[in-house]
Amino acid sequence: MVNDAVMTTPRATPAGPQGQSEVHVALDGVAKVFAGRDGGQAVHALGPVSFELRKGEFFSVVGPSGCGKSTLLDVIAGLTEPTEGDIRFEGRPVSGEVPEGVAVVFQEDASFPWLNVFDNAAFGGRQMGIGEAEVCARVDYALGFMGLTDFARAYPAQLSGGMRQRVCIARAMVQRPRLMLLDEPFGALDQQTRLLMGEETLKLWRVTGSTIMLITHSIDEAVLLSDRIGVMSARPGCFLDILETGWHRDRGSETALDPRYGQLQSEIWGRLREESLKALGAAR
Amino acid sequence: MIRLGKPALLRIGLIVGSVALLEIASQAGWIDPVSFIPPSEMFVAALQILSQGQYARDIWLTLSSAAAAIVLAVIVGFLGGLLLARLPRLRRVVDPLLMSWYAVPIFVFYPMLIVIFGLNRWPLIALGFLFSIVAMAVNTLNGVERIPAVQIRTARTLRMGAVRTTLKVRLPASLPFVFTGVKLTIVYSFIAIIGGEFLLSGAGFGYQIAFAYNNFDNPTMYGLMLLLLVFVGTLNMILHTIEHRLYQRRVMKEAV
Repeated sequence: MVNDAVMTTPRATPAGPQGQSEVHVALDGVAKVFAGRDGGQAVHALGPVSFELRKGEFFSVVGPSGCGKSTLLDVIAGLTEPTEGDIRFEGRPVSGEVPEGVAVVFQEDASFPWLNVFDNAAFGGRQMGIGEAEVCARVDYALGFMGLTDFARAYPAQLSGGMRQRVCIARAMVQRPRLMLLDEPFGALDQQTRLLMGEETLKLWRVTGSTIMLITHSIDEAVLLSDRIGVMSARPGCFLDILETGWHRDRGSETALDPRYGQLQSEIWGRLREESLKALGAAR
Repeated sequence: MIRLGKPALLRIGLIVGSVALLEIASQAGWIDPVSFIPPSEMFVAALQILSQGQYARDIWLTLSSAAAAIVLAVIVGFLGGLLLARLPRLRRVVDPLLMSWYAVPIFVFYPMLIVIFGLNRWPLIALGFLFSIVAMAVNTLNGVERIPAVQIRTARTLRMGAVRTTLKVRLPASLPFVFTGVKLTIVYSFIAIIGGEFLLSGAGFGYQIAFAYNNFDNPTMYGLMLLLLVFVGTLNMILHTIEHRLYQRRVMKEAV
């Protein structure tokens, strides 16, 4: 059973998309070039990219395969140093280390197989030095939120892929991040689970008030979930356009019935088609 | 209550059957009962050795030497495995040496080890250490290399330092492999130390078996051998059970 006291999040619920104006993350001319290995050619993966994430918004990034979406997430998270440019999270520069207040959920299963679901969810909180009682309360809430309470003592190997991914999201939740970076977390899941996980993520976003940046291959997912969608070009990835969806904060799967939904899909695909062909040509 | 599967029951049956066959063969005189005493007499001799305590010092010497070699090999091998995982160039240099390590008859180094350490237990401990360290390092390396990169990245997102990442992520993630290394380290250390005592030393379990053999004291020789087999066999079974559980937790069938 979810504890009401815990359910009340520490931050105030942010305003809807229209009211999100405070800059949470700012990128200025960020580029990433990977040096070639063993004398090979350097790979210009990203940028230069300049954009701002607004506090409390749900921002998605779509783009062709290999366009640098995950690299963009890595540089924002502080997991990779940009070759040039400046990144600021809450006004402070990000360099070489993941800033406090940022949580990342990866596409790959990042649950720890030697820990049960409860300890997996508690892992981040414990590493951050949060008191055990507080961690337990947060974990109970996160597992309840993710529908994992009955599996608290199960090990990841006993869970389905979707459940393991929920464990990872629960672990991020326990940290109570102000910025959640989701790197195609539903990419390996089947379509039905993916839709359900999208709904869970929206619920999570509404309850926590975190800023969310979602990297995804799925145009549908981006349109359904986001306040704004950044459309990236083929490598080196730059934003071709950033579209406002205009959805209400309390949106759900019924958004798909809105005429604008199809309009946005077509618009994004129109932008992406050429870029995807370029990426495909480069791959060939 | 422990439920034994068919293979385990067959295994026990095979051992019991072999012992019974030896007993009958020796008692009936099918094999020479002087040079190969019946297992029942071996068992009585082993009990006498334990109750009289005359070999307690040798047993202690062997166990303490093996323990020292194991502890050293586990620590140094684990750290060496981590180092090789972090330094791929060094790994490329030493890989062929590691692969051919067990082709070297390690006992030939004993005179050199005596020169280095003197006439004491340390040359034997060093033999045990040298014989087992590579198994530990290679298994650690295997384990560390199989850690999914996403687990290390997760540790980075949690701002965990190198030491904490090693203790909280790298070590548990590679634990089944590291434990296989520990198991092999224990087995190889015992082989090297008892073998070394048998051939080269003047004290210890192995030496007493060799001494009894040279003096045609078959009951003592077989009694000591039986004690050694029971000890090493039990130890190996315990280690195997722990290892099995460690692996099992990670490959459990979906139960949901």
